Amino acid sequence: MDLDVSWRQVHALLGENGAGKSTLMNVVYGLLRPDAGEISFDGQRVEIRSPLDAIRLGIGMVHQHFMLIPPLTVAENIVLGHEIANRGVIDLAGASSRVHELSQRFGLDVNPRERIADLSVGTQQRVEILKALYRGARLLILDEPTAVLTPQEIDGLFAIVRALVAEGNAVIFITHKLAEVAQIADVITVMRRGQVVATTTPKESSSADLARMMVGRPVLLRVEKKPAEPGARSLAVEDLVVLDDRRHVAVDKVNLEVRAGEIVGIAGVEGNGQNELVEAIMGLRPMKGGRVLLEGHEIGRATTRSRLHRGLGLIPPDRHRMGVVLELSVADNLVLDDYDRPPFARWLVRQFSAIREYAERLIKTFDIRVQNPEQPVSSLSGGNQQKLVVARQLGTLPKVLIASQPTRGVDVGSIEFIHRQIVSERDRGLAVLLVSSELDEVLSLADRVAVIYRGHIVAVIDAKDADRERVGLLMAGAA
Amino acid sequence: MTDFLSQLDPVSLLSITLITATPLVLAAMGGMMCERSGVVNIALEGIMLTGAFIGYGVAFFTHSVWIGLAAAIVSGMLIATLHAVLSISFLVDQIVSGMVINILAVGITGVFYRTYLESATTVGPGTFPHWDVPVLSAIPVIGPIFFQNQFVTYAMLILIFVVHFILFRTVWGLRTRACGEHPRAAETAGINVYFVRYVNVIASGALAGLGGAYFSLQQIGNFLPNMTGGRGYIALAAMIFGKWTPLGAFAASLLFSGSDQVGSRLQSVFHVPIPLQFLGMIPYVLTIIVVAGAMGRAVAPAAVGIPYKKG
Repeated sequence: MDLDVSWRQVHALLGENGAGKSTLMNVVYGLLRPDAGEISFDGQRVEIRSPLDAIRLGIGMVHQHFMLIPPLTVAENIVLGHEIANRGVIDLAGASSRVHELSQRFGLDVNPRERIADLSVGTQQRVEILKALYRGARLLILDEPTAVLTPQEIDGLFAIVRALVAEGNAVIFITHKLAEVAQIADVITVMRRGQVVATTTPKESSSADLARMMVGRPVLLRVEKKPAEPGARSLAVEDLVVLDDRRHVAVDKVNLEVRAGEIVGIAGVEGNGQNELVEAIMGLRPMKGGRVLLEGHEIGRATTRSRLHRGLGLIPPDRHRMGVVLELSVADNLVLDDYDRPPFARWLVRQFSAIREYAERLIKTFDIRVQNPEQPVSSLSGGNQQKLVVARQLGTLPKVLIASQPTRGVDVGSIEFIHRQIVSERDRGLAVLLVSSELDEVLSLADRVAVIYRGHIVAVIDAKDADRERVGLLMAGAA
Repeated sequence: MTDFLSQLDPVSLLSITLITATPLVLAAMGGMMCERSGVVNIALEGIMLTGAFIGYGVAFFTHSVWIGLAAAIVSGMLIATLHAVLSISFLVDQIVSGMVINILAVGITGVFYRTYLESATTVGPGTFPHWDVPVLSAIPVIGPIFFQNQFVTYAMLILIFVVHFILFRTVWGLRTRACGEHPRAAETAGINVYFVRYVNVIASGALAGLGGAYFSLQQIGNFLPNMTGGRGYIALAAMIFGKWTPLGAFAASLLFSGSDQVGSRLQSVFHVPIPLQFLGMIPYVLTIIVVAGAMGRAVAPAAVGIPYKKG
């Protein structure tokens, strides 16, 4: 593939998860070696063998998962590897003032003496940008920079990006979000399956055009659904208090209810207690106080297993950690919640024909692309693995589904499919608690939106009143 | 009361506490350099034992405790290099690699001792001389405790400040901590994670080797099979209890060695009717309690024990 980036431009690299955007940029930054092809910088052919080479050339990268060291200070993180030192002894005062100076110049507002662990995600990202600028970056690569930001923080980031470009630098902006591309990009390169499918500009191509190029076929940008017809209260959480791993209060007196036939979406920047809330409801993490009610019955002391059998289902946020057993077959993964109960087991003996029959039915219903049900889950694509998780949870016909980041890291086709499944189960009377850090997902699927900030539900709004601006402010704690 | 005090003899108690804490502090700081860079080093025990043996053996044949000392340090570095190669380059589980070294050290030093040294009839190399620091050693209380010691104890006291300075004031220290917390971030900042880890693991070998020399060349002037007696593990506990800082490890080591001394003194001076074997358990029991209590709260370097793979 070919890619040309010019100075004074924001060049968006648009593509689905797995299209090869990050791989390409890791090659440019020297973290991966190319098998073939060449890279030129400033008209010179260059060979980038390590991040050090990239830094020397003036290439900086802000990774999707920040490369910051939480217990160290901002200044320490920024100078790391390029320390201001006198015979090996670090000059932290000098580093701080240099960081302060850069921070002023680009309006980045960062205190060099604070610890990374104490900063918000948005500030951490500014530290990452400073880190690149400190090393003399003229070409800045931003890998999915908006994934963890509130809408207001995104506006702040865009202002910084424009200031950088105005000074003569270049920015490569990797993203899979169409709206951002239209807002920030001067030039757009669309990638699909490791290849460039088009190079265009926001003026020439509409969002719908870009989506079609990205996926290779027309895409519905909106989820189609009827108004909800909520029934009886299915899941209720009362005064729930949950601690995180560090024993700090992560969920603070949360009250929440989900009715049959409605989708309640939890909007919030990641790390505001969503995971702890979900884990407490599922019995994966002890509650410090409060109650969890399933159809009016207290289940706060029940085991996770009995909660599953009573009609609670979970799509976990991280499918590799909690969703699937990669080494096991597709069929075994599909019966993971019920493998020891009839009809899948009788008197401790597994009933393989029943399992296979059931698996084949789900594979068909949920369009999981496999050669046969006995192949290991590790051989499936991310989208198909996620569809498998969804199939397992919906296959047992639960009363309540907790869907946490149900479409993270999957392709657009699978996203559409999973969204449709969730909506059609809702219409059947399923109560859905949707947790997603993608605000667009919450806004398009949910019937009611609950905003979580630092472990508190700061507002519950009807979907028709929930616009990006208002929810974004609430997510940032501006109540 | 005065009778009690004179029997207890606090100055000599503190002095012996400091002396017996010497190998603990050195090994704990070795473990600290290592773990701060992201590599667990439970091989400290085996490295100290080897240092004690090689130090004694070389001193025995060269008739110089100083050449023995150098040999102890170099042997510690060599064994640590083995640990580094196994755990950094070959991605062997760091606990397994450390255990292998510990078992190897007990076996090999035991065999060589019985074969070559046990039956030797010539006079041994002796121990490091006692040095009194001029002027300072005359200060009451502080003088006898800190300024009337042998080489390894002085070296330990100085190294506390050296290691602290390296870890928290130098470029090397910052890079070391970065590699132990988030090696990938360090790599993207242009740091060679493997190099930093190798150097720190080898440095930990030098510190533990020096600690080993304490046993054979400072304490008794002889080598005995398995003479380190699990001090390497107690040193790891001291490192954890001291929150991976030199001063903390120093304080924790004093606590462990002090409890040992108090225990033996209860027996020998005050004739407390508890068998010596039980009093001897005090530091080990204390270690269990302290580590169990401190484990939850003391925060280890985030990437410790995880082999780093590029890309």
